[in-house]
Amino acid sequence: MNNKQFHIVVLAKQVPDTHNVGKDAMKEDGTINRAALPAIYNPDDLKALEMALACKDALKDIMSVEVTIVTMGPPRAAEIVRESMFRGADNGIVISDKRFAGSDTLATSYALSAAVKKLGKVDIVFSGRQAIDGDTAQVGPQVAEKLELAQITYAEELVSVTENEIVIKRRLDRGIETVKTSFPVLITVHGNANECRPRHAKRVIMYKNASSISERQETKANGQKPMVTIEEWNADDINPDFSRLGMSGSPTKVKSIENVVLTSKENKIITNSESEINELMKELVTAHII
Amino acid sequence: MNNILVFCEITEEQQIAEVSLELCSKARKLADRLNSRLDAIVIGNDIKNIEEQLFPFGVDSVFYLNDTRLSFYQTLPFFGTIAKLIQEETPDIVLFGATSVGRDLAPRISSYLRCGLTADCTSLEIGDHTDAKTQTVYKDVLYQIRPAFGGNIIATIVSPETRPQMATVREGVMKKEIYNENHKGVIRNLKAEDYLKDNDFCVEILNRHIEAQKVNIKGAPIIVAGGYGMGSKENFALLHELAEVIGGEVGATRAAIDAGFTESARQIGQTGVTVRPKLYIACGISGAVQHRAGMDQSAKIISINTDPNAPINSIADYTIIGDAMDVLPKMIKSYKSNML
Repeated sequence: MNNKQFHIVVLAKQVPDTHNVGKDAMKEDGTINRAALPAIYNPDDLKALEMALACKDALKDIMSVEVTIVTMGPPRAAEIVRESMFRGADNGIVISDKRFAGSDTLATSYALSAAVKKLGKVDIVFSGRQAIDGDTAQVGPQVAEKLELAQITYAEELVSVTENEIVIKRRLDRGIETVKTSFPVLITVHGNANECRPRHAKRVIMYKNASSISERQETKANGQKPMVTIEEWNADDINPDFSRLGMSGSPTKVKSIENVVLTSKENKIITNSESEINELMKELVTAHII
Repeated sequence: MNNILVFCEITEEQQIAEVSLELCSKARKLADRLNSRLDAIVIGNDIKNIEEQLFPFGVDSVFYLNDTRLSFYQTLPFFGTIAKLIQEETPDIVLFGATSVGRDLAPRISSYLRCGLTADCTSLEIGDHTDAKTQTVYKDVLYQIRPAFGGNIIATIVSPETRPQMATVREGVMKKEIYNENHKGVIRNLKAEDYLKDNDFCVEILNRHIEAQKVNIKGAPIIVAGGYGMGSKENFALLHELAEVIGGEVGATRAAIDAGFTESARQIGQTGVTVRPKLYIACGISGAVQHRAGMDQSAKIISINTDPNAPINSIADYTIIGDAMDVLPKMIKSYKSNML
């Protein structure tokens, strides 16, 4: 084992579970009732964590490898860091600040890249291909650009990794491409990649009390002494150009929102007449379904 | 300039991709509305017949970068070239297909230029925008309309203050239309040495395995499915016609496949593929539980059936009582008259 340090960062996000939208998911005014949706580890990001841990497994006998989670969100996103540590990550940082509110992908990628910069030398940045609450797949390539890293998107399989280079199979629309590059690099991981390993019992015991400062303030009453601190950074900590954060750093604005939870699941009977079929087709077009 | 730029992707067969032609068709309409020029950029290795492929769709000028190293898409050389061209030409709007290439490339460009990018738009329009706080009016901005939040809402996004306004659009969403067979544009060749850097090629492609185009019902946003009630293989042609018109794929029940009406790759259900499109049109399908298991998560279900008591009707949002052979032509006709 040489004394080289290899640093892997995984960008992960806590998301509302949009694939399990229940009846109370939309409020009467047509806005989203986030409280009614369970918060989960973004599925593609879990696969990114697995690929990061697989790299660590492959390299840990020749050098010291550290896997750090970076997540941006409300203080409760510390859950994502803890979950990652249960599965094999070494540590993690929650980037949380009201000044990040209203960030589009550009402002999000700016904040994340500023946080990764603060970590110093990083060899690989992994992220999921996309988050299920936006499906944009933009943040990965945007972080790569801001850190001036090469990017490999839609990674499906880690073929090999050495201390100098990595070989990845990536998914194309109509096939698979195998690519090789040296470090540093940013890799986004496709949903077809390997499932993340489960929690490790020993690690759960070791890290179940790991918590951030905000979490400790909330649970002060029970006075339990946590063993590990999950770092929490606010906007000042990442030394940003404040005009590039949150709303002011977001060029895209939501002009309007329409609720498409049309009529509820009641069956509407339509007779086989030109006028009624025409009404139905118009309705579908208006709702952007066709 | 307030011109519009479309990134034209090259397929494995060295042709301009369908999605790019669809975008050119839409962009031509936006350009006419804005009274501006439509540009396209093509990057590749010895692409043939660019003029014939693009000019009929109303493209005024094609920026073409030809280099032997660019047979296949690679992020950095494409990114560097397009970002530089945008800085030189300052287009108002730039459009990309929401393909594995477009979704890799567009965000990196938007990050570099610090401009807005909206993914997977289902509609693009031009209109004015008034900022709610400052009451500033922005004339003729691009409305980027897309479903969000798992398809539960439709959002109209604008990027009023930054340029270019960028969007990606999935294949099949916009309609490919010839603008004018005789439309003539110009090709402007870009010099490789002005746009490419050696370290753009730091990610090496070792191997590529490309599959032939095949039926992809799993990813289709709209599925028109037929059951045994469709009656014959010939009648299935009508399902293909509706699917083609509204941008969907054709699916089938096991009974229809066993009867030889269509190929087995289209089978939906427990022993076929499970789908959850935003619209599922079930034609002549009674709705056996095995079939329903593969499609009951569809966002909207329309059932077309002569039997008002068919089990599928209980999970349908709309039931049209009638023979699909009679109903489908009415739907096609109605869609055409409402959309064109």
